[in-house]
Amino acid sequence: MNEVDFLLWVKGPAFTFAAVVFIAGVALRLFEILSLGRKQNFAVPKGNPMQGGLREIWRRSLPVDKPTFQRSLFTIVGGYVFHIGLFVVILLLGAHIALIRSVIGFGWPNLPTPLVDAFAVITMLALLAVLAHRLRHPVKRFLSTPTDYVVWGATFLPLLTGYMAYHHLLLSPQLMLALHILSVEFLLVIFPFTKLMHTFTLFLSRWYNGASMGMRGVKS
Amino acid sequence: MSALTLERGINEFKAQLDAPMASFFSSCVSCGMCAEACLFYTENPDPRHTPIYKLEPMRRVWEQEYTLVGKLKKALGLGKPVTDAELAEWQELVYNNCSLCGRCSAVCPVGNDITYMIRKMREGMVASGHAPEGLIGASTRAVQIGSPMGVKLPALQAQVKHIEKATGMAVPFDKEGAEYLLMLSSMEIMNYPEYLEAVGKILTNAGKTWTLSTDCFEATNSGIQIGSSDIARELVSRVVNAAEKLKVKTVISPECGHAYTALRWEGPNLIGRPYTFAAKHIVEVLDELRVQGLLQTEGFEEAKLTFHDPCQLVRRGGVIQQPRNLLNLVAKNFVEMSDAGAMNWCCGAGGGVSANEDANEVKMKAFQRKKKQLDELKVDTLVTACANCRIQLEEGLEENEMDLPVVGLTEMIAEHLVEREDKGGAS
Repeated sequence: MNEVDFLLWVKGPAFTFAAVVFIAGVALRLFEILSLGRKQNFAVPKGNPMQGGLREIWRRSLPVDKPTFQRSLFTIVGGYVFHIGLFVVILLLGAHIALIRSVIGFGWPNLPTPLVDAFAVITMLALLAVLAHRLRHPVKRFLSTPTDYVVWGATFLPLLTGYMAYHHLLLSPQLMLALHILSVEFLLVIFPFTKLMHTFTLFLSRWYNGASMGMRGVKS
Repeated sequence: MSALTLERGINEFKAQLDAPMASFFSSCVSCGMCAEACLFYTENPDPRHTPIYKLEPMRRVWEQEYTLVGKLKKALGLGKPVTDAELAEWQELVYNNCSLCGRCSAVCPVGNDITYMIRKMREGMVASGHAPEGLIGASTRAVQIGSPMGVKLPALQAQVKHIEKATGMAVPFDKEGAEYLLMLSSMEIMNYPEYLEAVGKILTNAGKTWTLSTDCFEATNSGIQIGSSDIARELVSRVVNAAEKLKVKTVISPECGHAYTALRWEGPNLIGRPYTFAAKHIVEVLDELRVQGLLQTEGFEEAKLTFHDPCQLVRRGGVIQQPRNLLNLVAKNFVEMSDAGAMNWCCGAGGGVSANEDANEVKMKAFQRKKKQLDELKVDTLVTACANCRIQLEEGLEENEMDLPVVGLTEMIAEHLVEREDKGGAS
């Protein structure tokens, strides 16, 4: 298999496979969660559970109260930087939007590529920083499982290979692009079965917790 | 009751696992922020005290029973089964080192309600025989005698006689059709008899009809703390039966945090239907009387004072503004401690910790957090609205040689009460 064949395989059958696993996997995981159901609540609510649920979905994306912010400063700032960075790199790079347009039929304006490139560098630095923090922080190190580090690698590799392909580093741009797509496919395949699922389930979790807070008349 | 076994424990974990729990387990990214929010970690920083880690055996049961990957791993012999020894080891994490205070649930960035999970995990701990002796004793006394501290009706009746003699006020028992049924905690009967006198004075003065019940006077619920819905249901049913028999409009939960959670939030779900009456915390009732103009006070406290928020009232109950409204009626020099209100720190002994002798040492470590908050303020008086917090605060203050009186909010209000002339309908 030469470079061209490899690229075609990665863009073709491999991509289809990864996309199917991703979509079916996420659907299965959501079904596994929701099908457990929950009991009816007979307590008379003090506030509106729905309002509470929606409020927490939004509010927990914002910085928490100041003392908590100070106590978890690095986790919060590092988390913001790499999540915003991922958002920009994945959804606002011209090449990515072109791909999305070819799949779903529409797209949106992109940011200039050099700017997205800078975001990619910042995101990689932030990911390295949160990894270092994870390895040094007694609680994070203690809680982390091998899968957590695999997930970190699976998030980092697409950034690194994308950056290297764009800057023509190390390998031919064509081969690097193939590796970039392959790394994304790996990410998609493991996504539903690892903590990457929090991307979707956090909305559910915030909803459940927020609805309970709303019902009790607790505003945070 | 059949023997408590690992198998029963695991089955109970499975029965407790619901969509919210599965979502919470799926969402955790091990960021560790819950540890920083937990006083059992901040004051005693062992990573095992991280709130989400306290759920680890139950997380594995969830993974192995309710996820495809977990089932595959189990079938291939790769899943690590939960063992009895492991649950024995977890007992101190789930009971001694958690007061169900809810701070972890409030800070979790992905939105996990970890407190909800630990409450559920305790059900499996009970079923597997890994609940602490102290809580088993309290629950047994609550079911058999009617009070976790073993207080019986004659003790309450004696106290009532004493109050009636001292104040000339009638303290009614079993008065049908009264507006309020007053519930108590054993702690109040034994250690803080001022409470009953204070509420009686305020309600009578407001012209409200109220009563105690000879069938049931205990509002605390050891079943909630140990994590046994069967016991919790039995205890809450007694309150419901007494209230419905007397046809009262409102049951007043005493100055106690978890009694409010038991009666207000868990009770209807335990009995499987809504109540025919309202359930309110005494602080909510007092604030309503204030709004209606039926609670008038005179004079102000001279002392510089602050308020300790009971967790079950604020974070788990939404009673945040009411105690402040009431304190401002009688205090000119009321200062808030850091993190006051919804994010206030636990006293260190809620959620069954105080009834669990195994936790005697850690609860005093946990108290250091409250000590830090108090050291910043240099107040003369500490006010609270939970008898369980109060006992822990008094013990902690004494142990740390801090000379600071702890006062119940209701008593403080009663001391400033203005006698109303028109008390129509008073009992």
